[in-house]
Amino acid sequence: MGAPHGHLLHYHGHSVVHRTPAHLKIAALLAFVVVVVATPGTELWAFGAYLALLLGVVALSHVPPAYILPRMVVEVPFLVFALLLPFIATGERVDVGPFSLSEPGLLAAWTLVAKGTLGVLAALVLATTTEGRDLVAGLQRLRMPALMVQILSFMLRYLEVVGAEMHRMRIARESRGFHGRGLRAWPVLASSAGSLFIRSYERGERVHLAMLSRGYAGRLPLTQSQPADASQLARAAALPGAALLVLLTAYVW
Amino acid sequence: MSEPSPAHPATGEPVLEVRGLAYAYPDGRQALYGVDLALRPGERVALLGPNGAGKTTLVLHLNGILLAGAGSVRVAGLPVTQEHLAEVRRRVGIVFQDPDDQLFMPTVHDDVAFGPANLGLGGAALEERVHEALAAVGMLDVVDRPPHHLSFGQRRRVAVATVLAMRPDILVLDEPSSNLDPASRRELAEILRSLDITVLMVTHDLPYAAELCGRSVVLSGGVVVADGPTTQVLADEELLRAHRLELPQGFSLAPRQVWKHGD
Repeated sequence: MGAPHGHLLHYHGHSVVHRTPAHLKIAALLAFVVVVVATPGTELWAFGAYLALLLGVVALSHVPPAYILPRMVVEVPFLVFALLLPFIATGERVDVGPFSLSEPGLLAAWTLVAKGTLGVLAALVLATTTEGRDLVAGLQRLRMPALMVQILSFMLRYLEVVGAEMHRMRIARESRGFHGRGLRAWPVLASSAGSLFIRSYERGERVHLAMLSRGYAGRLPLTQSQPADASQLARAAALPGAALLVLLTAYVW
Repeated sequence: MSEPSPAHPATGEPVLEVRGLAYAYPDGRQALYGVDLALRPGERVALLGPNGAGKTTLVLHLNGILLAGAGSVRVAGLPVTQEHLAEVRRRVGIVFQDPDDQLFMPTVHDDVAFGPANLGLGGAALEERVHEALAAVGMLDVVDRPPHHLSFGQRRRVAVATVLAMRPDILVLDEPSSNLDPASRRELAEILRSLDITVLMVTHDLPYAAELCGRSVVLSGGVVVADGPTTQVLADEELLRAHRLELPQGFSLAPRQVWKHGD
């Protein structure tokens, strides 16, 4: 019973990208994004090269583009802001059709769109090829503070439990003729949210008791970690390495 | 035909000894008023009582989550105090009522490994514990699954494994049969019977107590009001009525009929 469970982002597979250890992929993503952000917006061809590199990784991962594309909608708010920039920014104006646009605004908008899209796409490649728990383990190996790792790990574990609880509460409301529309529904929804919060809080306390009962002393044991070998390291470094080459070329030219 | 009583006779020093235990919560509500209870090695004992009798409060004293307000709790001779907490928690394994509270790690493997890893085990020794515990509850095939992908009955069994992995002396189960379908309920009974371990089982499920436990203790209003062979306790209608305990309609305590359920 409860809400349907499944993976939010992860796409099951066994490609070379899937098999690369999570902590290397996280580091690679970070390095790639830093390189992209460091590229001046005027070097148009460099962004094309980055995109080609990323699409190459997508192809290697065997994740269908139709799976990735719809998930890129998270970027929409940034795109809207980028669209506004040429209109609201100051500086020299150019006329495009009926509009008078700001030239620095256009460049800023382009930079935002290009860097944002590349960043989102790269993050999606990581998210679709890495299971949530491996991501958390990867962050742990990268020495993320233990407390943050634990919070993330519990969020992953209990997201569906809390979701299922929310789902049951909704069914119970609707079974008694409630329709969640209009202003009058707000107090009901607010009190539902409140009781969900209290239930989750109480569950947190019970989980803590269960942890103490099994000897928890403030640290989650790190299990199942195999050291990365040189070939995995080289594979993970390929994308940010190639991107760095592009960037250096752009600077030299 | 297996007996509801433990295989070996209850002899020797008590593995768990509660004496004159009283406890009041910080808000002033008193839950226990002097509880006496002793478990001998290998016994399976049912702890019965109405809601609000103090059963959960008592259970939380057994591994030092709550520390005695008055009186004492001893586990294998060790007093349950701040300095012995780690050892006491290894020896007393509590399986909580909601497996979602107990299974908090990303995979079944990691969850079963949590307890022994906290005991300082690692590598092959840790893997051996995980394997042994999951084998004991017949759940080896789900070792790499995330807990939320298991059925409720499977989760309850994995929850038992998470505690068994610490090789406890005493297994304490809070409402082990709640929310289980009849087949899962029977399978869990078979698992519990197969374990060579002292069991204290908190339950409202009187037929389950009759099936599994040779001895029953009734806790009501924060004191022990009855302690004896389960058949005797459950046959005392007046006692049951006085403490809001009821056998299911049509349930007969005639031993043959009761004990046949588990086979």
